[in-house]
Amino acid sequence: MIRTTPLHERTNALNETQLWSHWSGHLAANRYQMSDKLEYFAVRNAAGIFDSSPLYKYRITGKDAESFLAGVLARDIRACVPGQAQYTCWLDDRGFVIEDGVILHTARNEYLLTSAEANLAYFEDRIGRNDARIEEVSHDIGTLALQGPRSRDLLRKLVPQMGSIPYFGLARGEIGGAAVTVSRTGYTGDLGYEIWMESPDALHVWDALWDSVEGHGVLPFGLAALYMLRIEAGLLLLDADFDSSRYAWNDAHRSSPIELGWSWMFKDLNGDDRAFIGRKALQREIAEKTSRWTMRGLVVDWRDYDRVYGDAGLIPPKDHTPIVEDWMVYDDDYKRVGYATSFMYSPMLQRHIAIARVRPDFAAVGTKVNLEFTVDHHYEQVAAHVARLPLYNPQRKTV
Amino acid sequence: MTMTAPDKKSKRSNPPKSNRSTSKADRTYDAIVIGGGHNGLVNGAYLAKSGLRTLILERRHLVGGAAITEELRPGFWFTTFSYALSLLRPDIIHDLELVKHGFMPLLMSSRFAPDGQGDYLLFGQDHAQNLKEIARHSKHDADAYDQYGHDMDRVCQAIKPLLDTVPPDIFSDDPEELLALAGIGARLRKLDKRVLHNAVRLLTGSAADFLDDYFDSELLKGYLASSSIIGTKVGPRSQGSGLVLLYHSLGEHDGEFGSWAFHKGGNGGFTQVLARAAQSFGAEILLESPVEAVITKDGQATGVALADGTEYHAGTVISALDPRRTFLELVDPSELPDDLVEHIRRFRFQGTSSKVNFALDGLPDYPGLGPKPDHFRGFTNIGPSMDYLERAFDDAKYGWYSQRPYIDMAVQSTIDPDMAPPGKHVLSCFIQYTPYKLRESDWDTEKENLGDTVQRTLESFFPGFGDLVLQREVVTPLHIERTVGLSEGNIFAGEFIAPQMFFFRPAPGWSQYRTPIEGYYQCGSGTHPGGCVMGAPGKLAASQIIKDRAKTRPRARA
Ligand SMILES: Cc1cc2nc3c(=O)[nH]c(=O)nc-3n(C[C@H](O)[C@H](O)[C@H](O)COP(=O)(O)OP(=O)(O)OC[C@H]3O[C@@H](n4cnc5c(N)ncnc54)[C@H](O)[C@@H]3O)c2cc1C
Repeated sequence: MIRTTPLHERTNALNETQLWSHWSGHLAANRYQMSDKLEYFAVRNAAGIFDSSPLYKYRITGKDAESFLAGVLARDIRACVPGQAQYTCWLDDRGFVIEDGVILHTARNEYLLTSAEANLAYFEDRIGRNDARIEEVSHDIGTLALQGPRSRDLLRKLVPQMGSIPYFGLARGEIGGAAVTVSRTGYTGDLGYEIWMESPDALHVWDALWDSVEGHGVLPFGLAALYMLRIEAGLLLLDADFDSSRYAWNDAHRSSPIELGWSWMFKDLNGDDRAFIGRKALQREIAEKTSRWTMRGLVVDWRDYDRVYGDAGLIPPKDHTPIVEDWMVYDDDYKRVGYATSFMYSPMLQRHIAIARVRPDFAAVGTKVNLEFTVDHHYEQVAAHVARLPLYNPQRKTV
Repeated sequence: MTMTAPDKKSKRSNPPKSNRSTSKADRTYDAIVIGGGHNGLVNGAYLAKSGLRTLILERRHLVGGAAITEELRPGFWFTTFSYALSLLRPDIIHDLELVKHGFMPLLMSSRFAPDGQGDYLLFGQDHAQNLKEIARHSKHDADAYDQYGHDMDRVCQAIKPLLDTVPPDIFSDDPEELLALAGIGARLRKLDKRVLHNAVRLLTGSAADFLDDYFDSELLKGYLASSSIIGTKVGPRSQGSGLVLLYHSLGEHDGEFGSWAFHKGGNGGFTQVLARAAQSFGAEILLESPVEAVITKDGQATGVALADGTEYHAGTVISALDPRRTFLELVDPSELPDDLVEHIRRFRFQGTSSKVNFALDGLPDYPGLGPKPDHFRGFTNIGPSMDYLERAFDDAKYGWYSQRPYIDMAVQSTIDPDMAPPGKHVLSCFIQYTPYKLRESDWDTEKENLGDTVQRTLESFFPGFGDLVLQREVVTPLHIERTVGLSEGNIFAGEFIAPQMFFFRPAPGWSQYRTPIEGYYQCGSGTHPGGCVMGAPGKLAASQIIKDRAKTRPRARA
């Protein structure tokens, strides 16, 4: 039997469509009502609630927890003090990305790391002589996200001091009589929070939250809406925008963190003396500028798009459903200069957008490229321009 | 000026009221737009973007004209007049970078048509489920629905380019005009026979005849036919209602013909976005600046005079008002050719629509469905059959308002929670028919009686409705005329009837946004393509002005 999450009793009752995905061995709602677009707008205009319990979660403890993590994670964990969270990644020794995830520094010598895939053996095998322990707590901890412009005010109604959690900050408190940790994190690129609780408490927390949001236009949202939101937010998805180097057959399926647009994680690399896995290769890549790609957004030229479909006598489709596959990107001489991996029509931006990697010499913002579509069963090129990620980045996300 | 609902902090920011005290040089512009409705704003924004020093003069304390949102009760935001968005031309969104300024068309996820007898049609976002819903009423219609949708889409696709085209002047021998005309002819000739025939049936015939060919269900036909009467003095069985139906299907919100959205903060939220965009391109907006007259010299416009005597000067003056005001009030008709004046005098306004807006203590309760938001996240159509609509029209034919009116309801707070306090709601009701000229009374007398009639009708569909009402605002054609300036309260600045469309809007020979007075242009909804929050008149007029200036400027320099 497929597992259900600690919130399933509630999410199941709300899921009118009874459409579920299997996410890390759990049932996860695709959408709750007939329209993922409605759920998406709830997040962008009010707030949405998302059950992210299926994430893998690891608790790392011990006197050497920090030095252990400093050696296996690529971003400097020492900059993340207790009460903070950090978006990080881990690399193989050739400097290719294994995975990314958010880590919470929950207390002195105690961390909670999330990941999309199983990583227990990987980390455990690398503890070595460190006085550190890692245990998987995926099923012990339930997670729900409250995301959107109203999320701060709603959370403040439940726990007044939580209104002041800074971006990527943490706080502990009580919701529905249960102890929770709240982090100002999420996967929507909006103002938002994630609430972490012991699984047996999950329903109490949900109920307290659910009662408090009544009348505020808040909707539960499923994976379909989440995938729209994350493309606008420029948040990469494993197995969509990149693959884990652990399971890649060749380097075409591997990416360095620089190629994925994470060079900002290594701004202070020179002043940081950690010997983390992949460091040498990463340093070499930065010094020798050998990155093959630059992660960018693409914004499709709407006039050209409409023209191509119009010329074929078709109504230009403006479908918000994300499509995750390779879309070729060409220069004007029909030379391939990159490929897009996630594509959608963004109702907020009113444009077709994509997450793409382009050759570094095509990465300047505003560079014109051509994205390949199939129209009437043959290939057509449509003009697009290179843009910085995230394509949608409201101020409220960080302030 | 009133800002969009969510942005309460800066409720009264933006345009200064006036700079009347400044010197004459400071009051000289390249272009002056009269009227800050959405077309005036679009026009001014395009002109400013093209580099012209542009001034937009608005009579009221806020821009938007018929597209405004007002906080009539603390926390309750009313879309006083216009309330939903569909026809806005997509190029305007991009050309004017509206997204950057807050453009946000929210999805309307349901369409609800109660029959008042306990049954209903409820459409959502799942197409197959919608067909099942129709099948509850008629299995035949469930199949016909897709055919109808496809046929309509094909006509829309064929007609749509006209919305973005300056109508060719069929009375001119100018080769450019003949070429444009030939272009349209060539396009029509390329159309599939069935598509062309359907287009003609819609453009000239009745919605009833068209719909009867597809459907049996009275409820479904009533629902679909409702789009054929909006804003116009026709019943679904009148010839000409097909045109109105087609017009309302031509919007392409998010790429889907006939799809509607609620803009964040209502249509007033949208016009605030437009104002910000216009200002970002350098246009100046002055509020509380009613223009009394266009100043002309030797048949050329040179500026405008406000009611208080202040003058502003520009070689290009654009009226964003309706044709009656543009030709008969802002200028002296004696400056215009007789036949034009005669045409404008004959131009039909005869507004027949009203609004009744409510602040509600909770959601209306439809027996069997309950007071849930799900079926109110879009239009709710009170027009359960073609007979219902036609009977409502009968009253209007004889100079009275409908005793069982057609009502297009929209509980906007279910889509945009910023429009009402938590748990409370705002309900916008568009009402027909309410003829501007009443047989034996007037709208000042009948205003609240109309409110009662509407409330009574709603009570019959939603028992207990009256108990929810916290506040009511009644907006009759007379009040539309007084507040917005739309003559006789016609919501489109002139009836949608064939002799008043395309080549003939607003008058034969004057459909290209120019006027007989050099430098004086028109860009309101009384010009092609017409009314609705679509911006096309403003945009097309700007393109003409920019073209004309490019033609004359080199000569002036030589
Ligand atoms: C009740 C109602 C409901 C509607 N519902 C919808 C809807 O849901 N969706 C839709 O798409 N369309 C709707 N419409 C139609 C649409 O709103 C109008 O066609 C459109 O807004 C008209 O825009 P405009 O810019 O051409 O003119 P207006 O909006 O009329 O703008 C003219 C402006 O000029 C100003 N003005 C007037 N005289 C002067 C003067 N002398 N000097 C300076 N300024 C002056 C006015 O104050 C006004 O701001 C509705 C209209 C009404 C009235």
